[in-house]
Amino acid sequence: MEILTLLKSNKTLRTATIVVLILLILATLPIYTPDYTIVLLSSILMYVVLTVSWVLFSGPTGYISLAPAAFIGVGIYSTAILGDSMPFPVVVLVSGIVTIFIALLVGALTLRLKGIYFTIFTFGLLELIRHLVLFLELHLTGTRGRFVIAQDFITVYFYMLIILAVLLLVTFLINRSKYGLALRSIGQNEEAASHIGVNVTTVKIATFVISAFFMGAAGAVMATRWTYIDPGIAFNMFFSFMPVMMALFGGMAHLYGPIIGSVVFTYLEEFLLTKLPELYMMLFGAIFIVAILYLPDGLLGVIQKGWAALMRKVRKDNLGGNHANS
Amino acid sequence: MRILEGENVCKYFGGLKAVSGVDFHVDHGEILGLIGPNGAGKTTLFNIISASLANETGNIHFDGKKITGKKAHHICRSGIARTFQAVKIFGAMTALENVQVALLFGCGTKISKKQASEQAMEWLEFVGLLKDSSTLAKDLTIANQKRLEVARALATNPKILMLDEVIAGLNATETTELMALVRKIRDKGITIIMIEHVMKAIMSICDRIIVLHHGEKIAEGTPEAIASNPTVIEIYLGK
Repeated sequence: MEILTLLKSNKTLRTATIVVLILLILATLPIYTPDYTIVLLSSILMYVVLTVSWVLFSGPTGYISLAPAAFIGVGIYSTAILGDSMPFPVVVLVSGIVTIFIALLVGALTLRLKGIYFTIFTFGLLELIRHLVLFLELHLTGTRGRFVIAQDFITVYFYMLIILAVLLLVTFLINRSKYGLALRSIGQNEEAASHIGVNVTTVKIATFVISAFFMGAAGAVMATRWTYIDPGIAFNMFFSFMPVMMALFGGMAHLYGPIIGSVVFTYLEEFLLTKLPELYMMLFGAIFIVAILYLPDGLLGVIQKGWAALMRKVRKDNLGGNHANS
Repeated sequence: MRILEGENVCKYFGGLKAVSGVDFHVDHGEILGLIGPNGAGKTTLFNIISASLANETGNIHFDGKKITGKKAHHICRSGIARTFQAVKIFGAMTALENVQVALLFGCGTKISKKQASEQAMEWLEFVGLLKDSSTLAKDLTIANQKRLEVARALATNPKILMLDEVIAGLNATETTELMALVRKIRDKGITIIMIEHVMKAIMSICDRIIVLHHGEKIAEGTPEAIASNPTVIEIYLGK
């Protein structure tokens, strides 16, 4: 009973409990669900990781980055090159760290730009890195692609789950800290933020780099599932647009918006791809356009509106009941 | 005692002399007015002092230390705060959060988020916004947004506060109230530099006034001396 009252009074604790419970359920899933579900869930988890780490930086600051595919690609290539020269956990970690260095470079180059210039420049960098890798591969190794040491799908699933758990924790801690406030102030008015003592460059680059680490790590894990990669697969611009679309689809006002968005979006993609392959992209595009036009706050907005209406109704019913009693 | 001193400060925008060879100083504890016609270079001078813009020549010293070439957040932490001609508040954040950021990053000492929230409430009370603490900044009236900007600047614990047209666009009552607030800030021992177009307000509140015209300093002195200065009268009223 005491635990229940504590959970009722402390919102953070309540949210944390729910998240831990969900993660625990996800962790035990492989015991009683078919393999296909686990493979699908790995994809969903990957997109959740990409979207949440994208929102970590781009959500509060409003800097729309199209660099995710570059960071995922770097993670993928790190895994491909490292192969089985070290244990898999170390490979994932090293891939993340390599991504950090690339993100530092990209961040230092691009974060002085604002608005559309930043967006276009990050997209340009993605293309630049892709062609650079292709050029190096052709001239140094003489081949176009590489084989990646495969991991079984259960391993992929668990690594993705662990990355997601760490990412959620990091996002929660950043948002709650003073740096969360600073990031939002940068998004609202960067000049004013710098004039009240926020070191805007450092805060921006640090967050950009943290978000890139998770994208790189996710790429490193997914690489083992694809077994063969080349620059076109690894640095696929699709991975830059998906997090943006999923975040918009879910709504960015709260952390669970992007999560809901990426879960529903990935499932939808999988459903359309398997059930209606010839109409897949058309329907996908149509659904996205409808969502943008009619769900300005994303799925989150719909849920919040529904919840508020429900609460109003409950309160009204309660009031009616009280009157009857008195 | 001179708290802020600039010598031969120049800033060009292409061929335009925005600020050209201006020498100025600010005494500790005074209210210094900065006036001049539109495009005289007043805001540019503010931007140079607060490191929004880099000056081409000249040096600025604050508390005896050279501050030219420093970053904006360093200038703020060293004790120079400012407001903006067009308010630059954090619209989607509450009034309390606006001030909290300033306390957490600009005040020079490390404080917890809880302490910051308590002190932010004190500053909101100081400027008369206590009841609006949980209102989103964009939903405040213009007058209150200006107050919020002042509170946010004060929260960085400044020695000098630079106010850029803080009463522009306000009605008579709001103007009187804000002028009273400016005096209250000065009484806390904070030196104030203010840019203003409303002559009545600036003449009554300033200890000293500097007049800029076409980027050059053309007059400097007490409000009485400025009001009777023939060059100033010529610029404002024409021959």
